[in-house]
Amino acid sequence: MVKDGFFSRFRPRFWDYKLGAQPYQPLFNYARIWILSVALLSAVCLVPLSVLFVVDFQLSQQAIESEVTLRTVRLASNTRRTLTYFIDERQAALRFIVEESKFEALVDPVHIKEMLRNLKVGFGGFVDVGVLLPSGQQVAYSGPFDLRGRDYGDKDWFKKTMQNGVYISDVFLGYRNSPHMIIAVKGRRPDNKSFILRGTLDIKRLIDIITGMELSENCDAFVINRQGVLQTPSRFYGDILERIDMPVPEYSEHTRAFETTDSKGNKILVGYAYIADSPYILEIVRMQDEVMNIWDSLRADLIWFFLGSFLVIFLVICGISTYMVNKVFYADQTRLRTLHRMEHTNRLASIGRLAAGVAHEINNPLAVINEKAGLIKDIFLFRHEYKEDSRVMEPIDVIISSVERCGAITKQLLGFARHLEVEVQHVHLGELVKEVLNFLKKESEYRNIEQVVDITEDVPCIYTDRGKLQQVFINLINNAYQAVDREGRIVVRARPDEDPDWVDIRVEDTGCGIAPEDIKKIFEPFFSTKKKSGGTGLGLSITYGLVKKLGGMVYVHSEPGQGTVFNIKLPIDMEGDVNEGSSG
Amino acid sequence: MKVLLVDDEKELVTTLAERLGLRGIESDWAVTAEQALEKAEKGFDIAVLDVKMPGVGGLELKKKMEGVVADMRFIFMTGHGSQEDFERGSAEGEFYLVKPVSIELLVKKLKEAAASVGK
Repeated sequence: MVKDGFFSRFRPRFWDYKLGAQPYQPLFNYARIWILSVALLSAVCLVPLSVLFVVDFQLSQQAIESEVTLRTVRLASNTRRTLTYFIDERQAALRFIVEESKFEALVDPVHIKEMLRNLKVGFGGFVDVGVLLPSGQQVAYSGPFDLRGRDYGDKDWFKKTMQNGVYISDVFLGYRNSPHMIIAVKGRRPDNKSFILRGTLDIKRLIDIITGMELSENCDAFVINRQGVLQTPSRFYGDILERIDMPVPEYSEHTRAFETTDSKGNKILVGYAYIADSPYILEIVRMQDEVMNIWDSLRADLIWFFLGSFLVIFLVICGISTYMVNKVFYADQTRLRTLHRMEHTNRLASIGRLAAGVAHEINNPLAVINEKAGLIKDIFLFRHEYKEDSRVMEPIDVIISSVERCGAITKQLLGFARHLEVEVQHVHLGELVKEVLNFLKKESEYRNIEQVVDITEDVPCIYTDRGKLQQVFINLINNAYQAVDREGRIVVRARPDEDPDWVDIRVEDTGCGIAPEDIKKIFEPFFSTKKKSGGTGLGLSITYGLVKKLGGMVYVHSEPGQGTVFNIKLPIDMEGDVNEGSSG
Repeated sequence: MKVLLVDDEKELVTTLAERLGLRGIESDWAVTAEQALEKAEKGFDIAVLDVKMPGVGGLELKKKMEGVVADMRFIFMTGHGSQEDFERGSAEGEFYLVKPVSIELLVKKLKEAAASVGK
């Protein structure tokens, strides 16, 4: 019982209630009812909560992930538009020049210089321009180098421009040893001969577009060509013109995103877009850690909320179940106590009736013995025959006095039976106690138990239910008899209480005492340390109930091995009218 | 003073009658209600009745005897001691005695009862 101290404090009483060999059984197995109640309520309340939590958890996770993906895709899409526009604009400028200007004007060194200046002012980013013949020879050039007359006939870009009419190159170092790109446009002269107008672009403007995106710390944006070579510097994956350590994403007309793991083992989300009519692919890389951070804080909130509400609901369920089952348990206990008390009362009433019947049957023959012996004595006395012969007269006197003793006993029995039927009346405590002790007189003599009645003169008569009080004394004194060994001592004391409306009664014995762990339970029905020797465990619980009914209180003090004191405090008038009660 | 003793226990009433006789009290006895009523006509001052008898009990017998003889005193004697009997017996009769009764007590009560009649 005491082994797990902390939990035992919260353990309701019904939990340890054992179905034993009792005459009346409780209606339910309370521990099982409690478990059932908690299980059912939990199933009804906590299962939906858990399901909701799991669904919400997954939805939130998906929502956050798709939100991040969407954001990445949108960013990639917007940036692609800017890049495409940048390239298209410059390509269109060159196309305009090719269509608008005469070939002769284009190859004029003054004119081409003027044209480069206009392009720089109007569009920006142009470093140089040149005009090439179909043979590959550059016939006009304006820019920081002297490239006039240089032959590009064997260059790949030249061939592709001749073939396709337009060409946008990868970023490369070239003669200039600084990263740049080429846009070339094929034009047609009036004599149907073709020529190429080539512009070189500084990619600084391109890099500015990318860095102007103001990405967060865990984000990276860069452009690669279709071979996976970086066209703009990357924050995480190397400098310009280095090969990126990731596969080139498959071609798609639209902006797309996918999740993957990079060479460093980071989980990343990649949004990418192919820039139309160019070798460029825009990539935006977002570290999944960042995505996770948002999700982590939300997830922690969700989990705490779930655990908190789960715990609160569970505790409330336990509390309510305990409360309800306890109520039923106590109601059932009351029912059982009532049943036991009824049985005990019935039994006592039967004993009373039986005793009265026996007394009656014995009294009649006793009366005959009395008269017959009396007659013999009379005859001897009146005829003066054996008047002086003590051998004859003494036995007759003994017979008569014995009959008197028997008569006294049966009258007491009849009195006992009679008191069971009586209600409230004035009771003299001393007389009542002596009457009860008389029943046990022989036993005390056999066992050499000393009976002491210590009731002072100033103890008033009390107005109470004599039958119930008698039963209280019978139970307590019987109890004391069972506790003491041979040559013990039983003392019944009574004193006026400090409160003048009460009396203080003590039944003390020098018996075996009560163990401290049993003291709390001795007034519980069926608690008995004498079960094997026929104790019902009802005596003290009934005594307790009776004293309560008389308006009094019972206390018990016990020292194992030393003895026990039952202390009863009774009101002088159990019906509350003290003046009337104390006069009788 | 003439006393009628009624009890279903014949040994008791005969012995009692004899002992009263020794003490100078004239008495007769009966063991049933019928016999008692028959004898009552002879005129008695006091009747000592057993409360519990087969057939007609003491309390009922008292009512019948009152119809036969006027101005008669009654003492009840019983082996039983229920509160109900005690209350009714005390109300109906002069005295209510519980068996076994010592002869001295009985003689004393008879004299007290007789005194209340005025003989």
